[in-house]
Amino acid sequence: MTQNILEMRSITKTFPGVKALSDVTLEVARGEVHAICGENGAGKSTLMKVLSGVYPHGTYEGDIVFENETVEFRDIRDSEAKGIVIIHQELALSPYLSIAENIFLNNEVKGPLGLIDWNRTNQEAKKLLARVGLDEDPVTRILDIGVGKQQLVEIAKALSKEVKLLILDEPTAALNDSDSDHLLDLILHLKGQGITSIIISHKLNEIKKIADSVTVIRDGKTIETMEHKDVSEDRIIKGMVGRDLENRYPDHTPHIGEEVLRVEGWTAHHPQDPSRVMVDSVDLSVHAGEIVGIAGLMGAGRTEFAMSLFGQSYGSRISGKVYKRGVEIKARSVDEAIRNGIAYATEDRKMYGLNLIEDIKRNISMASLRKLVRMGLVNDNEEYKVANEYRESMNIKAPTVLTKAGQLSGGNQQKVVLSKWIYSNPDVLILDEPTRGIDVGAKYEIYTIINRLASEGKAIIVISSELPELLGICDRIYALSEGRITGQMPVADATPEALLKLMTLEKQR
Amino acid sequence: MSDTATKAPASSSGIKLPSTLSHIVSDLGKNGIFLALIAVVVLFSITTNGILLRPQNISNLIVQNGYILILAIGMVLVIVAGHIDLSVGSIAAFIGAFSGVLIQQVGLPWWLAIIGALVVGALVGAWQGFWIAYVGIPAFIVTLAGMLIFRGLALITLGNSNIGSFPEEYRALGNGFISFAGPDAAIDFFTLAVGALAILALIVQQVRTRNGRKKYGQAVDPTVWFIAKMAFVAVGVGAFTYALASFKGIPVTLIVLAVLVMIYGIVANRTVFGRHIYAIGGNRHAAELSGVKTKSVDFWLFVNMGILAALAGLVFTARLNLAGPKAGDGFELEAISAAFIGGAAVQGGIGTISGAIIGGLIIGVLNNGMSIMGIGIEWQQAVKGLVLLLAVAFDVYNKRRAGASTSR
Repeated sequence: MTQNILEMRSITKTFPGVKALSDVTLEVARGEVHAICGENGAGKSTLMKVLSGVYPHGTYEGDIVFENETVEFRDIRDSEAKGIVIIHQELALSPYLSIAENIFLNNEVKGPLGLIDWNRTNQEAKKLLARVGLDEDPVTRILDIGVGKQQLVEIAKALSKEVKLLILDEPTAALNDSDSDHLLDLILHLKGQGITSIIISHKLNEIKKIADSVTVIRDGKTIETMEHKDVSEDRIIKGMVGRDLENRYPDHTPHIGEEVLRVEGWTAHHPQDPSRVMVDSVDLSVHAGEIVGIAGLMGAGRTEFAMSLFGQSYGSRISGKVYKRGVEIKARSVDEAIRNGIAYATEDRKMYGLNLIEDIKRNISMASLRKLVRMGLVNDNEEYKVANEYRESMNIKAPTVLTKAGQLSGGNQQKVVLSKWIYSNPDVLILDEPTRGIDVGAKYEIYTIINRLASEGKAIIVISSELPELLGICDRIYALSEGRITGQMPVADATPEALLKLMTLEKQR
Repeated sequence: MSDTATKAPASSSGIKLPSTLSHIVSDLGKNGIFLALIAVVVLFSITTNGILLRPQNISNLIVQNGYILILAIGMVLVIVAGHIDLSVGSIAAFIGAFSGVLIQQVGLPWWLAIIGALVVGALVGAWQGFWIAYVGIPAFIVTLAGMLIFRGLALITLGNSNIGSFPEEYRALGNGFISFAGPDAAIDFFTLAVGALAILALIVQQVRTRNGRKKYGQAVDPTVWFIAKMAFVAVGVGAFTYALASFKGIPVTLIVLAVLVMIYGIVANRTVFGRHIYAIGGNRHAAELSGVKTKSVDFWLFVNMGILAALAGLVFTARLNLAGPKAGDGFELEAISAAFIGGAAVQGGIGTISGAIIGGLIIGVLNNGMSIMGIGIEWQQAVKGLVLLLAVAFDVYNKRRAGASTSR
């Protein structure tokens, strides 16, 4: 009766302690390109995982109706059998296998004896590649072709499964301009062949170009769905950010002093692919007692900038100048960066920040062991005392400092990471997503700590995906897009709308 | 402020029995490997009708396993950093042969030959460390290649023959005893004096550590338990030195070993280098982003392993008074087993010098006990393999249980 190919009705998905999706409704008409917009963490990916069966039926509430039939997927195979294929941002291709092998992975073309028929495999692959406009030999290994072409292989793989609904999660995030254009054209071309697409994106010009309708999601809720004719950047941005700002941030009166850090023309290239510029001549300055925010969407180069600055721990062919209190410093290793009073608290504490099998004490002392050395030996009593002081002053909730870092909650782990860097006594503290994955109460504590550090005269850079957070705690905010600083404003002048505009500002083509 | 967070460490007076008891239980749990060693010793004392604990046999146990224990010290550090070294047996063979050439063919004095051999051991380690740390080839591959390369070099150095009859001073490294008793004396009082001194030094050191911790408000063992442990250690060391004193005195190998254990115990726990090894093994990325020079640590770790492998080769050659082509065969596997039985984690980040020594002693007692019982080499192999598997399985099981109860 309806021409909708997909209806997701009142989807609610809860993780321990977090409501990721709350009563979300999504209707996709047959044969259209439907865009889903939202900030990082708004719930877009969670919604797609519910749809594709990554979160199986029973772990969420609500109904999914696909082709007028209520479906209950137990896993991805179930959803793929119905013709729903999702292509993730991180491509799921095996680099050492050929294009053809990847296309038919787990869907192999078999001969009479159950053995793989390689001739037919390659022949079928060739046909699929032609449909996506990729002129490559099917026996080419995946790692020998670029990301743009890999994306096309993913789509060819989807076509091999007789896809009816194709979901693309930020498909152009890692692509250059011409590859992006080709991909968007392909999506329109597939639409002509009757394939419905859902595209998750926050590149607004892209959405305007190809989407027939747009659904905006914010804080796990559907805000609105609009037709192509009604789509405007302002309306989308307003939908994406228009949340009420509660009093979630402690008061903070800035006492801004002299300039502590100045970065000029900072440029860094991708470590494996030096032709890709990840950080593009960034100019930035931070003063004593100032909290400076860096706003940028995923892939804008925020972490890449911070890590390349922090002793060149990211990137290749790094150039540019760094001045501390007017004197140029060169920090080519993390150790030199620490000695020069720079600290960087990573966005991924478990992977890059903590030794989870070690205790709190040794995690805190890790970056400053030399301060504890007496006559060539680490004074472990002193270490215990220092750690205990941080446990109390930072309110790390653990019975003793001998508790393993892996046993702490996210908020307490973050406090351990902050303690480590505060103990290294830096002048400049770069905090990358300092409140990611921690609960609201602990967030408030972290903000209080950041304020305290600023009032002690530290220069602080906060990188965050959450605009309200930046607006709540920073004194000044830079916007980063495609590796470039696209603007800056004092927080008094900053609005989410203005920042998002800068954050989505793309290079002139 | 959380109420659980600020509680002072439990009173250390040790009068409250229930808490003392639970402390003892948890302490014993942490030292399970030590209990395992005692269990193995008791088991084989019974099955060998006490032969295992005869003075001569105790002395032999040390001398026979000295080179494995030396290797285990280096190996556990390599494993903590997340690597492995398969080449130590071949390096030991090569260095043993090399020292023979220096003495027999070049005519160097014994002490210069030993220094030269250790320097070449360091160079061998530097060679492997270079490939592992700076080229980024996995240690498994580099040392597998090293196992072949240095076995080959050992054979080339020997030139199809054995090198035998080393000077007496050199041989002392593996065979010598320090004793001032005459040949007729039933007991060597010098050895007993050294033993008494060792006990005293150990107790003083432990008391000082304990007082230091108390001063900084750290939890320490309840007094009763602390005294009991000290008494146990004193009796153990006392009985051990009495056995040595009633045989030939203190083996030189034991002195070498004792010095190494002391030095490396401090290196592992109290130096920046040692801390960096554990940090790298626990989370290499986090260590790097905390300013640890991971490549340099990896490099020096293998230089160190090369020196210790060379030393083990010297001790072994000295003991046999012979540098032969089969020397060092399988040493790497015994050293690796010692580290893992002693609680080192396969993923790195966990492991102790003392654990590796105890692991090595367990293997040594198994070897020795089964030999006395007349069990064939084929069964000895199988039993040792099984013990290694069970020890690691027990460890994994324990960790999983702990992980399940504490994970969030």
